[in-house]
Amino acid sequence: MYDMKELYEAFSVQEAIELRLAHPEAQIIAGGSDVLVQMREGKRAGKELISIYLIDELRGVSLDEDGAIRIGSLTSFSHITKDPIIQKYINVLGEAVDLVGGPQIRNIGTIGGNTCNGVTSADSASTLHAWEAIIELTGPNGKRLVPIRDFYIKASSVDIREGEIQTAILIPKASYENTFGSYYKYAMRNAMDIATTGCSVNVRLSPDKQTFDRVRIAYGVAGPVPMRAPSAEALIQGKPLTMKNVEAFSLEVLQDINPRDSWRAPKAFRQHIAVEMAKRCLMEATKRCGGEIK
Amino acid sequence: MIVGKSVPRVDAFDKVTGRAKYTDDLCDRSALLIRVVRSTIAHGFVKSVDISEAMKVPGVVRIFTCFDVPDIPFPTAGHPWSVEEAHQDVADRLLLNRHVRYYGDDVAAVVAENEVACAQAARLVKVEYEELPFVLDPIEAMQEGQPQIQEAFPRNILKHTSLRIGNYEEARQEPGLVCIDKWYTTPTVQHCHIENFICYAYEETGKTVIVSSTQIPHIVRRTVGQALGVPWGSVRIIKPYIGGGFGNKQDTLYEPLCGWICRELGGRLVKIDIPREDTFISNRVRHAIKFHIISYVRPDGTYVARKLEMFSDQGAYASHGHSIAAKGMGCFPQMYPCPNLECDAYTVYTNKSVSGAMRGYGIPQAMFAYESHTDDVCKALGLDPVEYRRKHIMPVGFKDGFSKNENYFDTFNQCMDKAIAYMDYWKKREAFKDQSGPIRRGIGLSCFWYNTGVWPISLEHSSCRMVLNQDGTIQLQVGETEIGQGADTAYAQMAAEVIGLRDYTDVHVVSNQDTDVTPFGLGAYASRQTYMCGFSITQTGQILKKKILEYANELTRVPVFDLDIEEGNIIRVTDGRVLMPLSDLATEAFYSLTHSVHITAESTYQIKSNAYSFGCCVAEVEVDVPLCRAQVKKIINVHDCGRLINPALAEAQVEGGMSMGIGYALSEQLLYDPKTGRGLNNNLLDYKLSTTLDHPHLEAQFVENPEPTNPFGTKALGEPPATPVAPAIRNAILNATGVEVDDLPMNPKVLFKRFSEEGLIHDLWREEK
Repeated sequence: MYDMKELYEAFSVQEAIELRLAHPEAQIIAGGSDVLVQMREGKRAGKELISIYLIDELRGVSLDEDGAIRIGSLTSFSHITKDPIIQKYINVLGEAVDLVGGPQIRNIGTIGGNTCNGVTSADSASTLHAWEAIIELTGPNGKRLVPIRDFYIKASSVDIREGEIQTAILIPKASYENTFGSYYKYAMRNAMDIATTGCSVNVRLSPDKQTFDRVRIAYGVAGPVPMRAPSAEALIQGKPLTMKNVEAFSLEVLQDINPRDSWRAPKAFRQHIAVEMAKRCLMEATKRCGGEIK
Repeated sequence: MIVGKSVPRVDAFDKVTGRAKYTDDLCDRSALLIRVVRSTIAHGFVKSVDISEAMKVPGVVRIFTCFDVPDIPFPTAGHPWSVEEAHQDVADRLLLNRHVRYYGDDVAAVVAENEVACAQAARLVKVEYEELPFVLDPIEAMQEGQPQIQEAFPRNILKHTSLRIGNYEEARQEPGLVCIDKWYTTPTVQHCHIENFICYAYEETGKTVIVSSTQIPHIVRRTVGQALGVPWGSVRIIKPYIGGGFGNKQDTLYEPLCGWICRELGGRLVKIDIPREDTFISNRVRHAIKFHIISYVRPDGTYVARKLEMFSDQGAYASHGHSIAAKGMGCFPQMYPCPNLECDAYTVYTNKSVSGAMRGYGIPQAMFAYESHTDDVCKALGLDPVEYRRKHIMPVGFKDGFSKNENYFDTFNQCMDKAIAYMDYWKKREAFKDQSGPIRRGIGLSCFWYNTGVWPISLEHSSCRMVLNQDGTIQLQVGETEIGQGADTAYAQMAAEVIGLRDYTDVHVVSNQDTDVTPFGLGAYASRQTYMCGFSITQTGQILKKKILEYANELTRVPVFDLDIEEGNIIRVTDGRVLMPLSDLATEAFYSLTHSVHITAESTYQIKSNAYSFGCCVAEVEVDVPLCRAQVKKIINVHDCGRLINPALAEAQVEGGMSMGIGYALSEQLLYDPKTGRGLNNNLLDYKLSTTLDHPHLEAQFVENPEPTNPFGTKALGEPPATPVAPAIRNAILNATGVEVDDLPMNPKVLFKRFSEEGLIHDLWREEK
């Protein structure tokens, strides 16, 4: 039994926008795997809810005309993992969200909820950061596109404005073309867990596969929101595929990340793991590109 | 033969189809709900409780506070009562407490019509405290000047017991001895049974009836009577199917509070369903124990003198108290006999969750310390851990003077032989030498000591009732409870065999205990049930059989001594002829116009014996050094629990215990905030119970040496599987890395610390700072 004041059900994006405007204090609920847990804990107790879960137009993965991958915000983790477009172009996202919780959570949980929740540990978030995803929001004035980096304002706070709902996540073609990624979720057990730290790396090699043309790396739980490691990225760009460069890259992430001490894990440990994950993810992503580190 | 066969569980169909009824399924929806309001400080006195705002919440019926309850301290431990005052459990808590002793203590109880009203009102109850300093560590709590948690126990020591053999001080002077001096610590963990504690209460015919998810209905009847100050017979406890207990429900939890509130409300149906978060903090946990072991050994590994100190963290209330540390200490001189010993065990109150019974009852802690120490001795002396154990572990023929337990067989070696063969131990031990890469493998062994039941420390008995039906089947009732382990199936198999029934399905086990109906029995704990019921089922079955045969004599004129029952038929022993089916005899007995009788039997057997139950675990781990992770790759437990009553059920029991052991070894730990005493990770996400993806295949094998003291040759299997796993994994990590990890759980945080200390990890950037 949940302590909810009212539940409004939207069947279309337009209805959702109207409900948002009519009930600005209401909490949006999709799969409910976060919202209902928080409600039970008392954090969102007594709130009104606007459910968008039945808006089927927000489900599924497709390719836009410009080649961008469009992921409907209500697409479940298990659908993302099994989707042929995801598997063909950005398989690492499917792998990352396949590490969320357990099978039941992956069936009910949505990628929109995972990002709108604004938590640093979300398994999709670091990969979406590393691939420079664009968040599509739809509101009374139409669509608004926000780079994911700007979408996250601070812990548990994202840029959704009055009357808006998140309708899609887009991965531009320039971001995914000839690019391969690798995600490592470091958790205290192998299932049913949130990340102690998550690391997502993607790599585009030069045509001769001798140098790193573009490397992007993002972390979850290395700061209050998911974050890139720009110093490390800059350091390795254009460099040859050597173990020395990989090591330098992985150490350089310490210039960018800012994990904290908590009872879950001490800072020094998180830093140590972050360095090791950067190294392993870069090596794996390079391998997936067909590159060979010497 | 019915005993020894892997027959399906008697409750399997009902349980997998959802037909089996658990406490919440049985409770009428009209029940009022109770929610406990918990203290938000670790130690202090409640000055006042303001319920005015909370009472305004629609649906709230009453709110009881710590100022309303009777001043009757009561004990909670699921021990048999002792008629000797000195051996009675410590009574140190009230239904709701004004002196709150841990963060989460019971301060008030909201009664409302629904869950939401309960939750809303509970948040609105305002409690004013007089705060006192608190202490979370048992060794610290024993020092002078620390906060006094329980008024009657100076320096917070609930109990201290000692054991002295020979002369430790003198013996350790022998020249040439090697000294191994180590500390080992084990964490606070929780049972995490799938069904949280739940009970409901109502009044009927002047009695307080409580339906409870408990392992020990007859004991709870007594403790509720004590807590409420009412005659024990006026309390009736009913135990339906329960979703696990692992010892947490071998304790009186909220039955007294529920019963008291029911009575205060004129007998109204009330239910208390403890949320998971509160189950972690405000039920029971496993005692965290710190061990200090000093061993003086000769170069060949012979123990000359040993010293053991144990500091057991009791938490805020006595519950099972010192029994856990005492059991842990008790096996120390037995497992590796040594002529000169000094052992001391302290159980100490702290301002934390209450420690009680949990699967293994002190032995998982003890085995981690003792069997880790065994490998540390081997490492110090350059000896092989298997060969060492073969030479120094409890010898065949060893007899314990107190329990009279005897090591009749070469069990340890037989179990190790099986485990070594399955794991290909020697080949791996060779292959894993001198590794230096980031990912390493290791293999480790641990033996374990266990016994069966609680005799002679306290009472052991079992009562059984058998009733013959018209069709020749029987009903069987015992006070020993089915808690998911498969006890009912074992009882059916044993009863069918004793009487000579066609099959175990001809025994209808009345699974649910009702203290008004079920013969008195002590319940599920101490891995005792199959052993104890073996006696009462045998004795009662023989009484029933004799009555049946006497009736058969009336019908057949064959003397009783020439009659028997085999496969559900009355037979003439002299030539094996079937004289009549038991079903015909039963129908005749019920409806005979000349001699109608209902054939039944009931008896109690007091058990004055105990039995060792030994075995071992071997684990192979992969250690990812840079990532500070250990994963179990292959594992086996081998047990000698005597003759197996049902091999498939035995295997399942071992697998469950191994799973619990893996969590204990690598991930589980309930954490408390040092600044406030608040539990930090009291939910199933943050408390890292291991999952199936953290386990390899769990191999269970057995050595079946029939236990001579028991009619079925059986002995303990319920708890032992959880006891040797953590030290085996620890010793495997030692084998892989050369690093002694002496603190459980061996999670990445602990491995990071230890690998850094031992130089396996060099974070240059960290050292520069």
